[in-house]
Amino acid sequence: MNLSRTARAMLWAALAGGLAVVYVPLLIVLLNSFNADRTFGWPPPGFTLRWWEAAWNSTGVREALWTSIQAALGATAIALVLGTMVAFALQRHSFFGRDAVSLLIILPIALPGIVTGIALNNAFRAVLEPFGLGLGMFTVIVGHATFCVVTVYNNVLARLRRTGSSLEEASADLGADVFTTFRLVTFPMIRSALLAGGLLAFALSFDEIIVTTFTAGAGVKTLPLWIFENLFRPNQAPVVNVVAAALIVLSVVPIYLAQRLSGGEAGPR
Amino acid sequence: MNTTANTTPPGPPPSAAPSAPRGGTTPAPGGPRRRLAAILHRRARLRLSLLLSAPMLWLGVAYLGALAALFVSALWRTDTFTGDLVRELTWANFRELLTTEVYRTIALRSVGVAAAVTLIDLVIAFPMAFAMAKLAPPRAQRWLVIAVLTPLWASYLVKAYAWRVLLSADGLLGWGYGLTATIITLSYLWLPYMILPIYAGLERLPNSLLEAAGDLGARGRRTFRTVVWPLTFPAVVAGSIFTFSLSLGDYITVKIVGGRSQLIGNVVYDNIGAANNLPFAAAVATVPVLIMLAYLAAVRRTGALENL
Amino acid sequence: MRSTPRPATSRPATSRSATPGPAVPRLVVVLSALALAVAACGSGSEPTGASAAPGQSGFTPPKIEALQSLGTGEGQVNLVHWAGYVEDGSNDPKVDWVTPFEQATGCQVNSKVAGTSDEMVNLMKTGEYDAVSASGDASLRLIAGGDVAPVDTALIPNYADVFEGLKDKPWNSVNGVAYGVPHGRGANLLMWRTDVVKPAPDSWSVVFDPASPYKGKITAYDSPIYIADAAVYLMATKPDLGIKNPYALDDTQFQAAVDLLKQQRQIIGEYWSDYTKEVQAFKSGDSVAGTTWQVIANVAQADKTPVEVTLPKEGATGWSDTWMVAAGAKNPNCAYKWLDWIISPKANAQVAEYFGEAPSNAKSCEMTADPKHCETFHATDEEYFSKVWYWTTPIAQCLDGRTDVKCKDYAEWTRAWTEIKG
Repeated sequence: MNLSRTARAMLWAALAGGLAVVYVPLLIVLLNSFNADRTFGWPPPGFTLRWWEAAWNSTGVREALWTSIQAALGATAIALVLGTMVAFALQRHSFFGRDAVSLLIILPIALPGIVTGIALNNAFRAVLEPFGLGLGMFTVIVGHATFCVVTVYNNVLARLRRTGSSLEEASADLGADVFTTFRLVTFPMIRSALLAGGLLAFALSFDEIIVTTFTAGAGVKTLPLWIFENLFRPNQAPVVNVVAAALIVLSVVPIYLAQRLSGGEAGPR
Repeated sequence: MNTTANTTPPGPPPSAAPSAPRGGTTPAPGGPRRRLAAILHRRARLRLSLLLSAPMLWLGVAYLGALAALFVSALWRTDTFTGDLVRELTWANFRELLTTEVYRTIALRSVGVAAAVTLIDLVIAFPMAFAMAKLAPPRAQRWLVIAVLTPLWASYLVKAYAWRVLLSADGLLGWGYGLTATIITLSYLWLPYMILPIYAGLERLPNSLLEAAGDLGARGRRTFRTVVWPLTFPAVVAGSIFTFSLSLGDYITVKIVGGRSQLIGNVVYDNIGAANNLPFAAAVATVPVLIMLAYLAAVRRTGALENL
Repeated sequence: MRSTPRPATSRPATSRSATPGPAVPRLVVVLSALALAVAACGSGSEPTGASAAPGQSGFTPPKIEALQSLGTGEGQVNLVHWAGYVEDGSNDPKVDWVTPFEQATGCQVNSKVAGTSDEMVNLMKTGEYDAVSASGDASLRLIAGGDVAPVDTALIPNYADVFEGLKDKPWNSVNGVAYGVPHGRGANLLMWRTDVVKPAPDSWSVVFDPASPYKGKITAYDSPIYIADAAVYLMATKPDLGIKNPYALDDTQFQAAVDLLKQQRQIIGEYWSDYTKEVQAFKSGDSVAGTTWQVIANVAQADKTPVEVTLPKEGATGWSDTWMVAAGAKNPNCAYKWLDWIISPKANAQVAEYFGEAPSNAKSCEMTADPKHCETFHATDEEYFSKVWYWTTPIAQCLDGRTDVKCKDYAEWTRAWTEIKG
């Protein structure tokens, strides 16, 4: 490409600088997880492993982590199904109200979380209370899935647009039925898009706090809610840092795997 | 997702299948499935309706219904004695919202913060995404995407607190708290949401196009203005929808680093969480909704909505 | 003041009054686990209990019988509570007063943390729960709504050791009938950096003076209830306003408090609502003077931050929570056992120390890990708590007994708070 040396150097510098900005605060989180000071005093007066030990021994953290994973898995599964369905409907068909549908998919993520949160809270309570049900894991999953659909939808839509429908038509011409074509032709084509969309959906759900606050009721404690609560408990703030530091490190694994999987079979460009 | 079984509605009983074969039209094993497939193949409308059914029930009926119910409740009031909703129409909430100056100030401030965050993120994200998509070798690209995605997994609250430490008077930066601190922290939090769509948009942009522009004599700046920017603009707008809306609805970051300031999210939260005044909270919530709807309407033509 | 509440059954039989009672207070946000306790007037500048429980005027709770006698435990108990009140070691293995309870009574504890008073009330209305650690605003609502039953304190042996200053208060009793047992109490104090703020302040004026040398480094609690702190200050400095109770403010008084806070905003560095934020701000010097809780001061001092606290001469606001039993409790015996357990000397000492407040049981003071805990938190100092106005949710009907004016209710406090912050 036709870029001057200076332009290239500046772009590289921007990338390096940007990544530095992204990682310095994370580094501080990591450092603070060893900070002897209980409220992240800076510079750290000393270093200690006791917060890591406390976090390791905390069943509250483990339970919250498990709750978050369940909620994110549930929301991601629903988002995968719904998002794929809509993407197919919108990419492979043209119909009246198509634009309205695409707007509708985007709405939950485009509207501020607090609006989605209080709207769902209000609706859940009105609908569930007559049955004697309260807010719980189910409502969290529903809430999260609502705004996660869009990530899957967009990834699948982009992939469908890129691949076109000629392969599917060929498959049909060769006598494969709709389902066989989906299994053998369409699905492999969109698999990496599903992975990318699903991963983003999982991440969105995993760190969601505002919608969760309004849909979780008292019994369901996702990790962000646990963290929020523990900022109000004496001497728990450093443990929170440990959890965050551990998550950053651990998160590389699923992201890398997903990237590998999707990278290995990227659709035609 | 990799089986068709769970998406196949129960088909008609396979009455025809066991009957005597007639010539070459023997139905293959799995007849009902096959027939259904044939129906679906022939009838695009049916296929479409099936595809749209569940998503529309979820988003069109349940979600829109919840939103509608919320905004209807903005026209009610709360009985100050019992705390119960009084379901009689009143414009009092909106009257108060429009006539009290402080709400206007807060709404404008919130839009200003959201716009500033969006702009800052754009300025930081675009060169980053460009270097990632067009300069980095393919192998490095994968790692760079991971590097951008990873921070999303560190808790939002923890990252906000890390910035509190950085900005504190004796912290590394020591800039203090307030609106500026809020803008900086929000920009940080939402940066990946801006980088990713732009990166995806640039990745889709064929290198050959850039080379062609170069061959035709366009210098870097001109190529950017006439080729890169127009073609990635939808992706930029897509990213801005994330950053703008996430900033507009935030009430936690401003509590952590905002000093003495407040945003529209705080007003909504205080009224529902603290005062149990759902009608007024709903009335306040219409403000960010209207702002976002206006924003979406404005950017719809760009095709951004398909680039989120 | 009656020191021994009469058994619930002997209170005058009443049915729900047709006239509006004192109302269902609006919620106080308690984002933090640190409960905003609330109470009607409580002790104030007047001797405690002198003004007949303002929260009670015209207040006749639905007739619900207290448990007559204690039977064997049901095997489990479901609790709704503030974070930090029911710790089973899952957050910190060393902080555990639930497991010993389960072992001693055979009652398995299922607990739910409520984030706000509103949530507490809603959860109790589901009928799933047996007991709740209600703050003053929630407690009155629960009593008025018939969601909680009177408590026969004779069935709770440890009740005898509870400080007299916490018994039979407007937020835990109605007409002398106890509706729960006091959990603990604390005051919203003035904290300052000793290396910056000199001389040591003894008055809230340091946080209200517009010409303060500490401009930009003053902090205040981020909740509408903070308006009461301004009212407490005005009670002392502007007696002509005639404020008798900081939670009962008519138009003029309310406007004066709001104006004071708008003026104060100019010198505020930040408003705080969570524990971590406050300690960190004082540690870094972003804040040098402002309201605090004793436990925050302790953590700051433990981290070698040079801070001191005082209860200023004007008095202060504070909190006091109550454990109550659900009217339709499915496990009433275990609920009673829990109430007895949580105010037992050892458990009450543990929870008070963990949470950072004064215990309600006098004998707890000998059981705390820190031998000076009760001294630090002024647990035995009735003189000290006589200057504390416990958090109460303001309602339209003036809590100080005035009937000729309307007071500002909590919804209006909330709106005013939005305006104060601007």
